[in-house]
Amino acid sequence: MTPRDRAGGKTLNLDRREVVARLLADAGDLLVITGLGSSTWDCATVMDRDLNFYLRGAMGSASSIGLGLALAQPQRRVLVITGDAEIMMTAGALATIGAQGPKNLSIVVLDNECYGETGMQPSLTAFGADLGAMAAAAGFKLAETIWDEAALTRVLPAILGRDGPALHAVKVKAENYPHAMPPGDGTTLKDRFRQALLGPDAMA
Amino acid sequence: MTDWPKDIFDVLKEADIRQVSHVPDAGQARLIEMLDADNEIRAIPLATELEGIGIAAGAWLGGQRAALLMQSSGVGNCINAFSLLKNCRFPFLCVVSMRGEFGEANPWQMPMGQATGKLLETMGLVVTWVHRPEDVRPTMEAAVQIAFAAMNPVAVVLSQRLIGAKSYG
Repeated sequence: MTPRDRAGGKTLNLDRREVVARLLADAGDLLVITGLGSSTWDCATVMDRDLNFYLRGAMGSASSIGLGLALAQPQRRVLVITGDAEIMMTAGALATIGAQGPKNLSIVVLDNECYGETGMQPSLTAFGADLGAMAAAAGFKLAETIWDEAALTRVLPAILGRDGPALHAVKVKAENYPHAMPPGDGTTLKDRFRQALLGPDAMA
Repeated sequence: MTDWPKDIFDVLKEADIRQVSHVPDAGQARLIEMLDADNEIRAIPLATELEGIGIAAGAWLGGQRAALLMQSSGVGNCINAFSLLKNCRFPFLCVVSMRGEFGEANPWQMPMGQATGKLLETMGLVVTWVHRPEDVRPTMEAAVQIAFAAMNPVAVVLSQRLIGAKSYG
């Protein structure tokens, strides 16, 4: 009996890279932070852009980076794309975000119910933990777990809107795509992001 | 008598720090009150200290300066997140108030307190200790330079000689 069976859950149908492609299709001036592992490979593959900042470590930090950025840039939309175990590691940070209430912060969790980088071991959402419900309980204005294409289409405007803080846990199939490295090391990508966002002030 | 919590607050203001995250410690209680009352600084209460490293990195990506206030026990919660600072060369300023050190009465505080300075150094932070009230302002000013001019992560560590050991009497 698998954890998923024990949890009595539904089938995972969505393709993570197709979800990311939809999120970034009209990215425009969106500020994007990606959590370590597959979320970073997904975004670097689907659409690398100067206003993407990728993590390949510091697990649990993606949502906090999104918060600091959203507070520093209240006129810009910030989208954090990360995995379910990455967000679960600092689940308390959801309450920190709920307390600050940044309208311009949106988190999409690509919830594959496993640790994709380490051998597909089941993660805690496989046992029934519901990240959408957790975010709602932590004070997120918009929070929902998304199971299918129709629901994703329905919430896409909210994910990319300005009525946050928002967290959408999008259930995706557990599959391992080829790794795709971001085009540079952490310092390079940080400086690239700042120059794209801040222009000459980036070097001040 | 030097009002050293006010000195820390004043240096944060003068340095244009705009986000200050914290897990409260008795040693920084007055400072946190001043931050909460300030309209320009966003004071951010955390669930765990490591969030403050990500918040500081995000603030910097967005063009703002941030700082993290925590007790020495919180340094232990931050270790892996410190990777972000070194790997990406983010500027970073934290103020650590000590437990488990000079005059400590709680044995549970000792292991982390005795390891705090070494762990900060091991993870690549510049560590500057403060023992006397009159040294708080110049040390904070020096730390701001290291963080935001030399672009190195820095910890200002407030000794229990300065803040006083907690009494269980």
